[in-house]
Amino acid sequence: MSAVEEEQIDDQDIDSSDINPQEQVDTEQYLTFIMADEEYGVDILAVQEIRGWESATPVPNSPAHIKGVINLRGTIVPIMDLRQRFGLPAIEYGDETVVVVLKVKLGRAQRVMGIIVDAISDVYDVPAEQVKSTGLGDNVNARFIRGLVSVNKGMVILLELEKLLTLED
Amino acid sequence: MSIDLSQFHQVFFEESYEGLDTMESGLLAMDIGQPDSEVINDIFRAAHSIKGGSGTFGFSQVADFTHVVETLLDEVRSGDRAITQTSLDLLLSSVDCIRGLLEQLQAGDDPDLSQAKSLKAEFEAVLAGQEPSGATQSTESDSASSTSESVETAGDQSAPPPSQDNVGEGNGNEGNGNEGDGNEGDGGGSHGWKIYFCPEAELLQSGNEPTRMFRQLSELCDGQFFVKAVTNKLPTVSAMNPEYCYLAWHIELRSAVDRADVDEVFEWVVDSAEIIIEPLALASTSTDPIASQPASETASEPSSTQPSVQANTPAAAIEPSKASANETSEESAKEPSKETAKANKSTAQESSSIRVSIDKVDSLINMVGELVITQSMLGQLGRDFDISRVQRLQEGLAQLEHNTRELQESVMKIRMMPISFVFSRFPRLVRDVSRTLSKKIELVMAGENTELDKTVMEKIGDPLVHLIRNSIDHGIEKPDVRASKGKPETGKVHLNAYHQSGNIVIEIKDDGAGLNTEKILQKAKQKGLVPEDAQLSKEQIFDLIFHAGFSTADQVSDLSGRGVGMDVVRSNIAALNGSIEVTSETDKGTRFVIRLPLTLAILDGQLVRVGEQIFIFPLVSIVESIQSDDQAINNVGGYSDVLKLRDEYVPILQLSKAFNIPTTQKNLQDQIICVVEADGEKSGVVVDELLGQQQVVIKSLEENYRKVEGISGATILGDGTVALIIDISGLAKMSGVSLKHLDSAHKAA
Repeated sequence: MSAVEEEQIDDQDIDSSDINPQEQVDTEQYLTFIMADEEYGVDILAVQEIRGWESATPVPNSPAHIKGVINLRGTIVPIMDLRQRFGLPAIEYGDETVVVVLKVKLGRAQRVMGIIVDAISDVYDVPAEQVKSTGLGDNVNARFIRGLVSVNKGMVILLELEKLLTLED
Repeated sequence: MSIDLSQFHQVFFEESYEGLDTMESGLLAMDIGQPDSEVINDIFRAAHSIKGGSGTFGFSQVADFTHVVETLLDEVRSGDRAITQTSLDLLLSSVDCIRGLLEQLQAGDDPDLSQAKSLKAEFEAVLAGQEPSGATQSTESDSASSTSESVETAGDQSAPPPSQDNVGEGNGNEGNGNEGDGNEGDGGGSHGWKIYFCPEAELLQSGNEPTRMFRQLSELCDGQFFVKAVTNKLPTVSAMNPEYCYLAWHIELRSAVDRADVDEVFEWVVDSAEIIIEPLALASTSTDPIASQPASETASEPSSTQPSVQANTPAAAIEPSKASANETSEESAKEPSKETAKANKSTAQESSSIRVSIDKVDSLINMVGELVITQSMLGQLGRDFDISRVQRLQEGLAQLEHNTRELQESVMKIRMMPISFVFSRFPRLVRDVSRTLSKKIELVMAGENTELDKTVMEKIGDPLVHLIRNSIDHGIEKPDVRASKGKPETGKVHLNAYHQSGNIVIEIKDDGAGLNTEKILQKAKQKGLVPEDAQLSKEQIFDLIFHAGFSTADQVSDLSGRGVGMDVVRSNIAALNGSIEVTSETDKGTRFVIRLPLTLAILDGQLVRVGEQIFIFPLVSIVESIQSDDQAINNVGGYSDVLKLRDEYVPILQLSKAFNIPTTQKNLQDQIICVVEADGEKSGVVVDELLGQQQVVIKSLEENYRKVEGISGATILGDGTVALIIDISGLAKMSGVSLKHLDSAHKAA
């Protein structure tokens, strides 16, 4: 399943990149996904793979949004429910539930973690200067947000992965 | 011709550390009366390659320093100098110094040269103090700088322009470069050098690169470097062999450079090239007429108060710059211990690569080959499979299992290294510590070739150092005390390693005073570790020394007695899933036995079920498992349950409560109690069901997540799901179920 989806992303990638990336130096590509009718984006270079939900082994005394750990080809990878992380109402996991496996550099170390989202949406090229601040100040969830960007009349919330994956409560 | 040399730095550092180890062990084994020439040669070679390597990679600070070390060694090697205790000590501290420099360079810091400088000065004092007979390459004729002069010269450092007084004393120092970094001129080359360099055609094949040498020369004279190629030997293009060097060069160094430094650049090629070095007679570089006198003239008026370093003794290896450091050496000699401590403090590098014997790699390749064959056999079988071939499928799978296991074992073997990597540092330690304490101690080591996992090895070093220091400091008595007890004056410390039933056992045994049970018990009572009226067995008393904050040393010494240590030793060993025990007999000695698993990567586990989850207990920590029984469980003051296990009481904790797992079994009586032991304390862990036992591969949970209390890691079960491995001592701590806790709760009640 994951392979199929990765192919789809590749296709969309080609469709949506109407500008030649070589000319646009400050353009970053974002993979977006849907959660509670909002579109969120993560830096595509941090995306290691996309896979279907499978049950995880719970970790004792961990926060509610950590669903547990899974075996990703021999590596133990924690899975985070992004809805619960943001305080959104939880939904049942089904066949459509998708786990985005992210790989982020934290200082010297590298951390791999999966986040559970509702569905994968698209890939966009976003010029750096179009990323706007949220203006939300010190809102608890605002610290996870790098900025907002408008794409095709819609709004995409770009996530700050380093902050999101540091696991602070 | 630009190769990025930095890619070889790691290799250089590792080889240099190995070289230093060779030097150190050689020096320690050296018998002052009759030095073994083979050992000296080994030491010399090691120093030489460190110098060569550091020069090549541009670590000139290391090369500079190693050069003087090498000079001394060379004299010893050629029999011109007898090795003395002083020079031996000097060489040993220089090994530390070079190691310190390398560690700083490796960490990317600018090395701290103060220690190197003072040591260098000491070396030069040693080299100058006795009459060396022409063993060094230095041929300059005017190194007649006595100590008294050099102090004066150093005093002139604040005055940058050449001082007439200075020159008037005739020591040839021009005063234009008295920074003490070894790059200053003296009479012979005060204006520089004229060099004719004509290598043999095969020069390039021996790995010597003229470009590199020119670069070094250019650095020596700060770019005042002029070179002219002699092309008359160039053959026609058709006759040319591209691997040959047909060129020769006239080189002029128009700056005051030490002759020895120039020689050093050509050191590797002296045999394969014609090299003529003569002073540059050119007035333009200097305005000082006196200083430009030819070398012989300067030398003819030595104002020396130290005749042994006569100006015309060609061998005197003193570079004036470094003689000036003599002064600084006095200052820094006052705090050498501080310097050493600083050097030691620099982070212990856990090297990130290992050397593997080619045999191990070959056997791995063989096994991978077999695995590939099995895989293709199974693949073929799978393409057109029907039920008639099920027999072959089973055979194939059995073979696959066999291959996998063998492969696993050989991969594990790659990580195994002989424990001598750890042991090798102890002779030095014992020597240093016993000298500080003025005790006579002999270290006897056995089983250095016992193999051990690299990770375990890296973590066992410090605890062992601590134990050995303790043995020397507290265990072995002073020679007079020993004599009065009728024991030989020289105490013995045995260090032994061997394999025993899947574990590695390390023994540290001394023939010292033994543990004083009275004193330990008294101290423990004083500190409130045990109640006043406690009756403890000998073993229990010995066990007290592993408690935090416990030290029986009457005086806190530099080495031990601060009360941190034995508890750290135990927790370090426990972190490796190992154990330590101590036995002791008064006046016979003390014996520590450390047991460690061979590897950290694999663990014998007991699978248990709690609710719907599976956890793994390390099999070694399980004492027994029992069906819980109503009669045996008592509730202590509403606080906690206690299990009566024969004649002792064991606190009980429920895994489902500790980990907040919903469980179907509500009744304690229907459940299983695993009696586990950690940190010498037993506790009963209640689980729903015991499943099988199996070897599990330990995976890190922290790598992508974080440390979880009560969990030491994770593993992957046969069905691909993750199971967590229980950290017994962490679990006991987090549940507050430890005897100490119970004791206090009891008292409070």
